[in-house]
Amino acid sequence: MEQSYEKSLMRLEEIVKILEEGGQPLEKTLELFSEGTALIAKCGKYLDDAEKKITILGSGENNAQ
Amino acid sequence: MLTPSPTVYSVTELNNYVKGVLDRDENLKHIFVTGEISNYKAHYSGHLYMTIKDASAAVKAVMFAGNASRLRFRPENGMKVLILGTISLFPRDGSYQLYIGDMQPDGIGALSIAFEQLKEALAKEGLFSEAYKKPIPHFPQKVGVVTSETGAAVQDIFNVLQRRYPVAEIVLRPAKVQGSGAAEDVAKAICEFNDLNGADVLIVGRGGGSIEDLWAFNEEVVARAVFNSRIPVISAVGHETDYTICDFVADLRAPTPSAAAELAVPDKIELVSELLSYKRHILELTKKKINEERNKLLYIEQKEVMRNPAARIDEQRRELAYISEKLVNLSSGNLEEQKGRFSALVAKLDALSPLNVISRGFALVECNGKVVTSKNKLSVDDEITLTLSDGVVNARVTNTNEE
Repeated sequence: MEQSYEKSLMRLEEIVKILEEGGQPLEKTLELFSEGTALIAKCGKYLDDAEKKITILGSGENNAQ
Repeated sequence: MLTPSPTVYSVTELNNYVKGVLDRDENLKHIFVTGEISNYKAHYSGHLYMTIKDASAAVKAVMFAGNASRLRFRPENGMKVLILGTISLFPRDGSYQLYIGDMQPDGIGALSIAFEQLKEALAKEGLFSEAYKKPIPHFPQKVGVVTSETGAAVQDIFNVLQRRYPVAEIVLRPAKVQGSGAAEDVAKAICEFNDLNGADVLIVGRGGGSIEDLWAFNEEVVARAVFNSRIPVISAVGHETDYTICDFVADLRAPTPSAAAELAVPDKIELVSELLSYKRHILELTKKKINEERNKLLYIEQKEVMRNPAARIDEQRRELAYISEKLVNLSSGNLEEQKGRFSALVAKLDALSPLNVISRGFALVECNGKVVTSKNKLSVDDEITLTLSDGVVNARVTNTNEE
């Protein structure tokens, strides 16, 4: 998901750019809009669902500060 | 009178005697000497030979391999040093020497000399070059941490990571960060992460301390491990003012462990607000597009043809009427003209009519139904008809010769 989070953001930027240029037909606009909101929802869910996990690896040495 | 015969020494005896005198002197057993290194020579055996001098005097000095191996800097000619050593005599040459036990650069600490020397060597080798710096990933899934598990640094790092970006998994590899073997352990930890492909970004560091405490991060073995790491490394050693070799080699230097954690991950709150602003933006853009289309529609609707389609038909009808009227006009005009031409022709014909000639006293002569225009066509006694203006008479030719 970390890859696709970044990809999702890149796609969002692309969608905004197309919408800003505004040359596309209305149907395409609505298509992009729903794709954009879906990506936003997906990214938001990814951030919300995150569960912090800490793994401590063993080390052979003593670990005095 | 006999005087005691003087003791005669051999040279060896003499040198040994003097050596004994020197060796028995407590002051000369542990003596601090300050001076400048010259004639420096590092023998392959590991022993270091040099002359220590000041402005007006010099003394030969030697540092045996055992002691030399513990030096944290590389002696150089011209370097001012503070020496702790022993004075003794080298019997073979008969010269006394300074036997160096420990030595450090005078003025600046040995550690900073070592630091500068390693820094210079590694810089020359290109280990600090920007070209080798790897970008820190924007959204790491796993953040690897190499530090002491008992220090304050690890807590700072955990807190910041948890607060900013709980999405990422934290993988801690506890490492010894000071004292003997610390550098090797830190280097090993970095290698382990790379071998296991265990993180997307590494935070390597420790909290503040003295220069000695931080020393592991100035060791070449750490520098090389950081340089060879495929995983991008953020270095976070000590406080903001502490710079270590590790900082220079790392892909990114953080002033403190907390700052390293902030550099390693994005802030979730910022990401969420960024998403919201995307949402607002594309909503606005879509609404704008819909409005544009609506306006286009409105414009078309407001056109006359769309508002009153009958108007167009009326217009067509009017046009048709106009054309048909024009057609009628044109045709009737033509008729009059034809009539005129006809009357003219009639008048012309009339003018040419023989009846007109007859009316003036001429007669039309016909013989056997044929018009006679010459006397040669006629013979005596031929029956002829004469047409006059008011009728026809029959006659007979009596003579054809007379003019």
